[in-house]
This record gives sequence, structure tokens and C-alpha cells, in this order.
Amino acid sequence: MARRLPRKDVVIVGLGWTGSILAYELARTGLEVVAIERGPWRDTATDFNIGTAPDELRYAVRHDVFLRPKQETLTMRNNPSQTALPIRKWGSFLPGNGVGGAGVHWNGQTWRFLPNDFRIRSHMIERYGEGFLPEANHIQDWPVSYDELEPYYDKFEYLAGISGKAGNIKGDMQPGGNPFEGARSREYPTPPLKQGYAQELFTKAATGLGLHPFPRPSANISAAYTNPYGCSMAPCTYCGFCERFGCANYSKASPQTCVLPALIREPTFEARTDSEVTKVNLSGDGKTATGVTYVDLNGEEWEQPADLVLLCAYGLFNVRLLLLSNIGKPYDPGRNEGVVGRNYAYQTGSGSTAFFEDAKFNPFAAAGSLGAAADDYNSDNFDHAPHGFVGGASITCAHTNGRPILYHPTPRGTPTWGSKWKKAVNETYQRVTNVGAQGSVMSYRNNFLDLDPTYKDPLGRPLMRMTFDYQDNERKMANWMAERCDEVAKAMGAKATQLNRLVGPWSVVPYQTTHNTGGAVFGNDPNTSVLNRYLQSWDVSNVFVMGASAFPQNAGYNPTGTVGALTYWSLDAIQKYLRSPGPLVQL
Amino acid sequence: MTRRSLLASAALLITTVGAHARVVTKVLPWRPNEAYPVPPISPGGYLFFTSGEAAVVDAIVDRLIPADDLGPGGKDAGVTVFIDRQLTGPYGGHDWLYMQGPFSLTPLPSQGLQSPLTPRQQYRLGLAALASYCNATFGGRGFAQLNPDEQDKLLTGMEKSEVKLPGFDSRMLFNAVHTNTMEGYFADPIYGGNRDMAGWKLVGFPGVRYDFRDVIDKPNQTYALPPVAMQGRPAWGEQN
Repeated sequence: MARRLPRKDVVIVGLGWTGSILAYELARTGLEVVAIERGPWRDTATDFNIGTAPDELRYAVRHDVFLRPKQETLTMRNNPSQTALPIRKWGSFLPGNGVGGAGVHWNGQTWRFLPNDFRIRSHMIERYGEGFLPEANHIQDWPVSYDELEPYYDKFEYLAGISGKAGNIKGDMQPGGNPFEGARSREYPTPPLKQGYAQELFTKAATGLGLHPFPRPSANISAAYTNPYGCSMAPCTYCGFCERFGCANYSKASPQTCVLPALIREPTFEARTDSEVTKVNLSGDGKTATGVTYVDLNGEEWEQPADLVLLCAYGLFNVRLLLLSNIGKPYDPGRNEGVVGRNYAYQTGSGSTAFFEDAKFNPFAAAGSLGAAADDYNSDNFDHAPHGFVGGASITCAHTNGRPILYHPTPRGTPTWGSKWKKAVNETYQRVTNVGAQGSVMSYRNNFLDLDPTYKDPLGRPLMRMTFDYQDNERKMANWMAERCDEVAKAMGAKATQLNRLVGPWSVVPYQTTHNTGGAVFGNDPNTSVLNRYLQSWDVSNVFVMGASAFPQNAGYNPTGTVGALTYWSLDAIQKYLRSPGPLVQL
Repeated sequence: MTRRSLLASAALLITTVGAHARVVTKVLPWRPNEAYPVPPISPGGYLFFTSGEAAVVDAIVDRLIPADDLGPGGKDAGVTVFIDRQLTGPYGGHDWLYMQGPFSLTPLPSQGLQSPLTPRQQYRLGLAALASYCNATFGGRGFAQLNPDEQDKLLTGMEKSEVKLPGFDSRMLFNAVHTNTMEGYFADPIYGGNRDMAGWKLVGFPGVRYDFRDVIDKPNQTYALPPVAMQGRPAWGEQN
């Protein structure tokens, strides 16, 4: 039986980016806020210390800072006719754990989605006709526009000190920036990172092909910066230990560098770590949350009553908590009804590997977001009519690291061991770069999340089941993009290139991307969304759900910038809710 | 308030809430010079492998990464010691992975790892099966006694799953050793492999210098400084 703790105004589940921002903004107004985090407390000086942080085996290979599958994982299958099996070891994506969440170990690419991405369904139908959309799609317009989100994107970027070059300030085009981006109200907080030799070649080649390259926006920042919360960051040293690592230099924006030092000083805030929230408790009629139940390290169960419940876990685990708490109607793909778990989407990866006769790319001198990109083939920035697919990709030439356990490339066809392998590794490391396309994934009837009938976590609760595969639309798009990447790679002067196409079913084995989206989608219609346009549950109005789980489908970008913007957008609505509790959208 | 009294009040706050969660409030809970290093591995002896097993692993890792004019092989780079120590830690038991059943006999390739066998079991059972196979096939000679061509042919057959070891999937053994060999050859030397940073020298990785602003400023130029590991480099003298 759970022991009941004193009531709080606000309980936050998960202390990553979204949880720490909301905790700070609400605690500073005097509210009693408790954040419950299932992983450990983590901070730069102790956990990402410069003497221990650059350890590829510990962090990148053995997954030290990630959620351990033993504690929670998902089951997975490619389509509903198959039997799902547990993801016993992370591969394709890497969920975070502990204070800071995935904000600790991300690469730091911080994008805004394009104006068209927010009304992609309407836009595509207007331009190409309804028949152009893929079969069995669930593509939905977002319930907010780019213009509505712009001030909140700005807020998140200034919180994180993002380094970049604006392409469009209030409609005035800026040389060197991305001409396709939506208008922004001001320049980035810090100038772009320096680019390496590969990016120099890419920028020249892409420009020659008529594309519009620019340095991509980065949360590994280029200059010292103090954010509006008073938290200070230091310039990036291009050490090449970003993704899968905490930053020892205070150079990568994270809850640790940008929020926690301010948050912890708020006397009405407390964090409880190593404590797993098992469910959101509801009133008898199921319309109000009364708080949450959690289990601590000793297996003891506690009830934390609260007036407001904010789900701020990784998107996938927000969806699972909704399912386990009976909030919202679970999605049933057979009947195509229900909403929780609907519209799960992901990201495509394709491109071209470029081998040079003589180059010294020094891939170890890198940062998670260092890279040059071009958006000419993203979203609807090009005419899709001849191609028969929707969506697009950002094309990038990047070196995020040169860590040799996982990065010792060889040309395709090289043996995987022996003298020939050794020679190829020795000859290739400095002479290879890559032009990659990170693409959108639309939402479909048969890509979804629900509870697994067989497999359980250590507390006996069902694991979530992921049913996902790339559909024809995404394959067509990604493979067309691979050819575009190859054109650029050849123009860069590569002596040989290798196309990386999207082939075979989606697999959990090779790392692809931790950009899992959807499952608790926001929208204007409760029949096709879990949350209203303010990220408030349609069914339980004192529950708000943050994260990429709200995306109706995924765009051709990394999600964190948009997750941050949505958090600040929802914060304004939460403050309105606190003045006058109840549904913020009346039907 | 002095730093000391601030820390004392934080400690008090940690204990006042009855719940058995770690409670953090008011101040960041860390002290100067507190970090979580991994213990360095000292070579010498084996903690998991028998001497017979170690000899076979030495022979395999030296074929996977042979000694040649590009640098030492797997054995001299300490790969066997690396694997031995890894197997005795949480990795060896798949301690962090989801190991609850049921285990499917017919998983899809896209579903990844589905075997109930931990790395420790894979090595123990796999090496025993390899020993039986070699004994029967090569007239009583073990893997370590085969000549390099015989060893390479056998390893190739294991990699392709064409060799049938008695009661053990030959590819599973091959993959285990191959994966751990790459880890051991390229991981920080603190784990017992990559001796003298041989793996890093092979590719030209300068290690954990943690500041490459000078490299970014000089594109397309050879980086001349030798690699540095978490414990420094031998030229810096005895490590404590």
C-alpha cells in the first residue's frame, strides 16, 4: 500500500529539458514543485568530469548514461502480423535516464521546423491534390502555426545559447543563413561553430550545384554565453565527445548547463531521484488527476498528491504512462479508433559516403552539431510532383566525432578482420567523409504504440510495444535523397562514393536516431489527438504532456528545438490554466 | 552563509523527508574533486579465462588483428586481458540488459539480440565447442596449434556460419570475439587493451586531448602530436 506524502502544487514526471524548464518557471512563481526522476542525479563536475568523460567504451559502447533495458525497454515488430519481441539491448535509438535525460547525451542540433511542416496535410493537398498523399497515412496539420511558435523557439534558443546564422530575420534574407527557414525575430544568440575541411568542400560543391548551404544550428556553442536564467556556458573545444556523453566543458546546452543551477535555488522546488512514477492517479470519475504513485530504490511505494501533473519523460515513456494510467482512449489500428499510441513516427537516414584520394579530414576534431547543411530538398522546398513522395530531408556534411571503436570506416567489400582490414582502416580514417540526408517520416495507420501482451518490466507492468516500419513513401524519399547526396559528394571531389539507401525492414540493431515521435499527438480534434493545442489532455484537464510524443508526424529535422518551443508554448497555457483551471479548449 | 554551512543545511534537507528517494533541493549536491572514475586494469593473470581458453583467445585475436608493419596484433595490444576483465564485469553477465523470457526461437533479424546466453556463457560454451571441433577435425590439435592459414579458414567459416561446432552457433562465438576485439583494440588503455595506444595510432586518433580548436583552425593538415589517454601517456612518466 502506497504511503501518502504531503500535497504539492505541481508534480513533474522526469527531470530532463522539458521538466526542468517547467519546474523553474513554475517554482519561481512560488508554487510548490516536485520533480520525480527515475534515474540518478547527474551533474557536470561529478558525472561528466574531464578526467572520466571522454571514455568511448563506457559511454558510447556500454551505454553508461542511458536507460538500462533491464529497468525498462519496449518490444518491437515491423507490422501487426508479427509477434513483438523485447529490445533487449538498445541499438536503433538510445533513451536517456537520470537528471538531464536525453538533454545530457544529445548531439545538440537545434532546428526549427519549416512553416509548411506545421500544415503539411493542407499544404500538400493544396499543391498536389489529395490523391498525392500516401496510402493509409494519418498525416495531420499541427494545431499551431510556425508564427505562433516563433517567440517560443526564440526563447528556447536563447536559453540554450544556440550557435548559428540566421537566414531570415523578420522577412529580411541574411547572407550565409538558411534561405528556406521561417522568419525569425532576431539573430542566433551566438555565432556559428567553425567548420572543418569537409564542410568547406561541401559548401563549395553544394553552392556550385545551385543549393544553399549554411552552418547548421548547434547547441555545442561557439562562444561564452550567459543565458536569461543567469547560467553560463563556455566555448566548445571541438573535442568530439558529444552524442552519448555529458559535456565536461559546459559547452553543450543541457538542463545541467542551462537550467539546473537556477532551478535548484528556488526554495519551493525539490527533486526526488531514483524514483519511478508508476501511474498517474485519477479521481473516481477519471476526469481529474489527483497526483502520481512512484516506487523508490527500496521498492517502497509512495503517493504524491498534486493539483497539476506534468508528464515530462522521454516521449515514448509519456505514452506508456498514459496507457498505464488509463488516460485517453488507446489506439486500435484494426478499427482505426482511439488515440493513445497513434501516429508513432521516426526518421529516415540515407546518403553517400565519400572516399578521397588525399585528404586529412581529422574527424576527431568535431562537435555533435558541427556540420554544413542545405534545405533545398527538405519539406516542400522543391516540387514533389515528378517524384511521387511527400516529405523531405536536410542534407548535411558533418563530422560529429572520430571515436575509433565505433568509427573506423572501410570501403564496402573490405574484409571485417585480418591484414587487409587493418590496412584499409589505416588508409581510410582520414580520407572519408559523408553527405547524409536526415528525412521526415509521415504517420500511418499501422505504425503505432500499445501495451505488449507478454513482456513486463521488473515491477510487473506491461512493456510498451512498438509496431513500426518504413513505408514506401519514406523509402522512395530516402533513396532519392541518397542520390542527391551522392551528387554533392562527387562534386566535392571524392574519388569514389558509396550510396547508403534505405533497404530492408527497420531494424533495432544499428544505431539510427533517437528521434522517436508521436503517440500522444496534439491537435484540434479529440478523435485524432490525445492533447489539445496547448498540450493539455483532452480527457484529464490537469494533465499536460510535453515532448516529441506530441508531434503528429516527424519532419526532416532533429526534434529538440521544436520540443523546447512547445514547452514554452505550453507553459504560457499552463499559467493561464492555473488562474482558471479547466479545459483550455472547449469543444 | 558559508559554503560549509550551506552543505550542512543541504545534508539536513536530504534526511528530513522520510521517502527513500534521493532528495535534492536548495543547492547542487556535489563536492569539489568528486568524480566517478573507472578503476584502471592491471595486466597479469586472468580472472575469467582458464589458461587454455586464454591461449585460444590470444590466437584468435591475433588473426583478427595480425601483427604487421602497421602495428602490433590483438594479442600484444592486450586484447585478451581486455576481454577477460570485461567478462568479469556487468557486461559479461548482460547485467544491464533485458533478460526476461520468454526467449523466442524464431526472432526476426530486425529484432536484434534475442539469445538468453550472456557473454560469459558465450565464451565458456563457445570455446569448449571450438576445442571439441578442432580436436576432432585437426587430429588432436587445438586452435592455437593450427597454422595461420588453417586458423583463417576456420574463422572465415565461423563468420559465415558454415562451420558447425558441436552444440554451439559458430557465428555467435565469432561475433563475440570480433566485437570485443574491436573494443579492446580501440578503447582507452585504462581497460587493459589498446596497449601503447596501438589502435589509436593505427587510425591517427589523438585520443582524449579534449581540445582540438587548433585542428579546426588548420583544415586539411596532418595532426602531428602523439595520442593521449585518460591516464596520460607513457612519456609523461609513471602513472599513479
